[in-house]
Amino acid sequence: MQQTATPGQALAEHVPPLSAHEAIVEANRCLFCYDAPCTHACPTHIDIPRFIKKISTDNLIGSARTILDANLLGSTCARVCPVQELCEGACVLGSEHKPISIGRLQRYSTDHIRQRGIDVIHAGPATGKRVVVVGAGPAGLSCAGQLARLGHSVTVYEKRPLAGGLSTYGIIGLREPVDASLAEVEMIKRLGVAIETGHELGANLNLDDLLRSFEAVFLSVGLGATPALDIPGEEHIVDGLAYIEQSKIDPTAMHIGRNVVVIGAGNTAIDCATIAKRLGAESVTMVYRRTDREMTAYPHEYEFVKNEGVAFRFLTQPIAALELNGKLVGLKCLRMKLGALDASARPTSELIPDSDFILPADQVVKAIGQQKPAIAKKLGLATEKGYLKVDDNFMTSISKVYSGGDCIRSKGSASTVMAVQDGKLAAHSIHRSLY
Amino acid sequence: MADLTTRFAGIKSPNPFWLASAPPSNSGAQIHRAFEAGWGGAVWKTIGPPVLNVSNRYGAWHSGNQKMLAINNVELISDRPLEVNLREMAEVKRAWPDRAVIASAMVESNRMAWHTIVRQIEDTGADGIELNYGCPHGMSERGMGSAVGQVPEYCEQITAWVMEVSKIPVIVKLTPNITNIVMPARAAVAAKASALSLINTVNSIIGVDLDTLQMTPNIGGKGGHGGYAGPAVKPIALNMLSALGTDPVVKGSGLPISGMGGIATWKDAAEFLLLGASSLQVCTAVMHYGFRIVEDLCDGLSNWMDSKGMATLDDVIGKSLHLVSDFKDFDLSFRAVARIDTSKCIKCDICYVACNDTAHQCIDLISSDGKLVAPHTYDVRSNGKQIAVETRPQPIVREEDCVGCRLCYNVCPVDHCIEMVEVSSGRESVTWDEICKGQKDVTEDWEKMKQYRDKVGIHIH
Ligand SMILES: Cc1cc2nc3c(=O)[nH]c(=O)nc-3n(C[C@H](O)[C@H](O)[C@H](O)COP(=O)(O)OP(=O)(O)OC[C@H]3O[C@@H](n4cnc5c(N)ncnc54)[C@H](O)[C@@H]3O)c2cc1C
Ligand SMILES: Cc1cc2nc3c(=O)[nH]c(=O)nc-3n(C[C@H](O)[C@H](O)[C@H](O)COP(=O)(O)O)c2cc1C
Ligand code: SF4
Ligand code: SF4
Ligand code: SF4
Repeated sequence: MQQTATPGQALAEHVPPLSAHEAIVEANRCLFCYDAPCTHACPTHIDIPRFIKKISTDNLIGSARTILDANLLGSTCARVCPVQELCEGACVLGSEHKPISIGRLQRYSTDHIRQRGIDVIHAGPATGKRVVVVGAGPAGLSCAGQLARLGHSVTVYEKRPLAGGLSTYGIIGLREPVDASLAEVEMIKRLGVAIETGHELGANLNLDDLLRSFEAVFLSVGLGATPALDIPGEEHIVDGLAYIEQSKIDPTAMHIGRNVVVIGAGNTAIDCATIAKRLGAESVTMVYRRTDREMTAYPHEYEFVKNEGVAFRFLTQPIAALELNGKLVGLKCLRMKLGALDASARPTSELIPDSDFILPADQVVKAIGQQKPAIAKKLGLATEKGYLKVDDNFMTSISKVYSGGDCIRSKGSASTVMAVQDGKLAAHSIHRSLY
Repeated sequence: MADLTTRFAGIKSPNPFWLASAPPSNSGAQIHRAFEAGWGGAVWKTIGPPVLNVSNRYGAWHSGNQKMLAINNVELISDRPLEVNLREMAEVKRAWPDRAVIASAMVESNRMAWHTIVRQIEDTGADGIELNYGCPHGMSERGMGSAVGQVPEYCEQITAWVMEVSKIPVIVKLTPNITNIVMPARAAVAAKASALSLINTVNSIIGVDLDTLQMTPNIGGKGGHGGYAGPAVKPIALNMLSALGTDPVVKGSGLPISGMGGIATWKDAAEFLLLGASSLQVCTAVMHYGFRIVEDLCDGLSNWMDSKGMATLDDVIGKSLHLVSDFKDFDLSFRAVARIDTSKCIKCDICYVACNDTAHQCIDLISSDGKLVAPHTYDVRSNGKQIAVETRPQPIVREEDCVGCRLCYNVCPVDHCIEMVEVSSGRESVTWDEICKGQKDVTEDWEKMKQYRDKVGIHIH
């Protein structure tokens, strides 16, 4: 008989930690490349051979310090980075052999110090300079921590009750449990960084006040909510980000449909589908208006969710959520076909007239990306494709106001590690500007 | 199928692989199983006077993922009563007439004691006797083992006592813990021994436990030197084997040599044979993996011999020995340079850092458009596998500056990726010995050396 798992168990971290033996065997496999390509591929350029070598010599404290020195959020990154596209994808053992499990080794070292309460990174001698960070996601925490290492006094304002940004609220628990994210927040606090939650710039905080009290401002507000589909019945459609959030923060109270349809085919959509499936939906179908060749989800994520038993309807465009007696009963869709290539060389999709059909569903989740940062308009900041525009030093169009993370990612794909690197580089720019 | 039949100082065995005198040959029951597994012979765990052993007897040296590249031990000779060993020896020999059963012995340095043990061994029907002059710990403190092997006069004296009575072949087993291995070997020759064997274990201390600061292994709060053996000692053993094979006295005596020290695979075995061993003994590799390893030792050796067209062991034994030379006779004009096969290279740059930091700075990193690039110079804002892989430069050897030290070849993790290729130096062949004889001043005066180099065209970077 199959034991039913609790929602918490069903979404618990799914990659097991390496045992000490596994870690040493794996670490010994690393060739200790010189000027290693894995390090180049890592956006924060962690000295990977160095931290791995230290695992093989039983110097786990030195290993963790090597990681955090380049990437203060190395523990989150160890769990959430798309390593196939980054470090592991560049490992020299990848061509004929199995690349080194860099992510899991990184987790091994950072877990080691977390579990033992060891701090390996410390604040620098106080400079008396004050910097404020708005938004306590990966970009903000990285920037704040790096500024603290440089001796500055840092306050972080965060609108949500918990810090950590999408690491806390948005990344599925299978990849990163909430406590891993919050432990990292605590580590940043121990560097002397003050994190004030419940403070929202544009609501109970304003930029002018911040500029008066602090010598520089770093905006790391991420992106907004899921955009509207603008179709009839949208009020019955669940927001994918809220769906994931509840699965992390309060999974037992979560309502899961029997037949769930997820709109979208990015990584967020895949996470929503996984949650629905793991928490008991009988059928989960992802609908996407193009095909699997155009979807933005990483190939390994696509493979993962197919293995979870999720079905796909490609070339399908939702046009209305259908209700009966106030209850959702299905999603009306049209079939599509691929057309000419657009500017980004992706084929456009065209509607096939009169091809509508109904997908029965008692829960529809939309996961079609996030809105551009709304703060830009409010603060009068220059934008690029809707994202905050920054110069090479991460400074926005307003002097002393810097920004990084998802809210500036007008090109390339947004990821935690990119946000961390932005925060780190911006901290150094801010530091230089203070003297 | 090559014929592995072995004849060693009159002792026959179906293959050259014998268990060395050590824990694997501690009892009749074990040797029985070893013979079932296919071992050609066994040198019984050394028998002799009463002993008491300690625990935490073995230390080991591990490297990376490879366990026990060497073992270290403070075990003494057999701690089982002499008559039990002798009885079982007789039983094993009776049960296995085609295998070599050799008794290893060590007794007090006293003529009568040696005469007695030789007679007791002969009574078992054993094929030969090995004199253990090698145990480097414990027994040596009692004036036996390496205490004998390290003093050629004692070696000769005791061997002579044994030869006075022995009717079966006598093998003298040498200790490597000596400055010149040839001396005790010559002593054995002088005493008319039937054969030699080497090496016994090397003096060693494995290490210190960093948690407790105790010695490893920890013997009740103390530790000390023990005998070192296993794959890590093979090069030492091969050197000593060759030293005997090239010594005019030892070579001239025609005594066969049983080789051991680090044999773990058929390849190791083939090398010992090529350098003159005519039977082979194995201990550590058996202690690591059990008797079953003999199957591939025989199978691999015989397949390799077939591939070389070698029908019997006589076609192999000593075949490379004539190449063992002294430095003074090497051709100073022979030139080899490293060449990287870029289709195999995985660009780990291990060769680059090795050559650059510790050899001759002659591997360049070349970008795809042919430019020289320095390491660690990519833009910190670049990332992702594609850029990292596509922009990674290729290490290339600047052959005109390569001195052919072969360091890069040794560190490269990819087989046959770096080859040392012979290139013409454009110079006439000459040895140091010839220069010494013809132009002594060049070897004594840096100015003269400079002129000599200029003349023949040697440029040191
Ligand atoms: C569902 C989902 C799954 C993902 N999975 C992965 C993954 O597996 N791997 C990966 O690398 N990346 C993943 N990402 C992307 C990754 O989470 C982001 O790139 C990263 O979190 C960006 O960090 P950030 O600090 O820029 O923004 P965020 O993490 O969004 O943090 C912004 C913070 O600012 C706060 N904030 C916003 N506005 C204000 C305001 N006005 N005042 C005060 N505070 C404010 C927010 O509450 C939030 O805490 C995922 C994203 C999503 C949505
Ligand atoms: C634990 C141990 C005990 C040994 N005991 C003896 C012994 O009693 N008599 C002896 O002649 N050699 C003894 N040796 C040495 C081995 O016979 C052999 O010479 C040495 O181990 C080198 O071979 P190897 O590298 O295959 O182990 C012992 C070696 C080990 C490891
Ligand atoms: S590329 Fe692979 S083998 Fe080389 S250092 Fe990085 S992880 Fe190790
Ligand atoms: S052989 Fe020596 S000198 Fe030549 S490239 Fe290799 S490491 Fe450098
Ligand atoms: S060591 Fe070998 S594989 Fe590595 S870069 Fe050099 S030649 Fe290439």
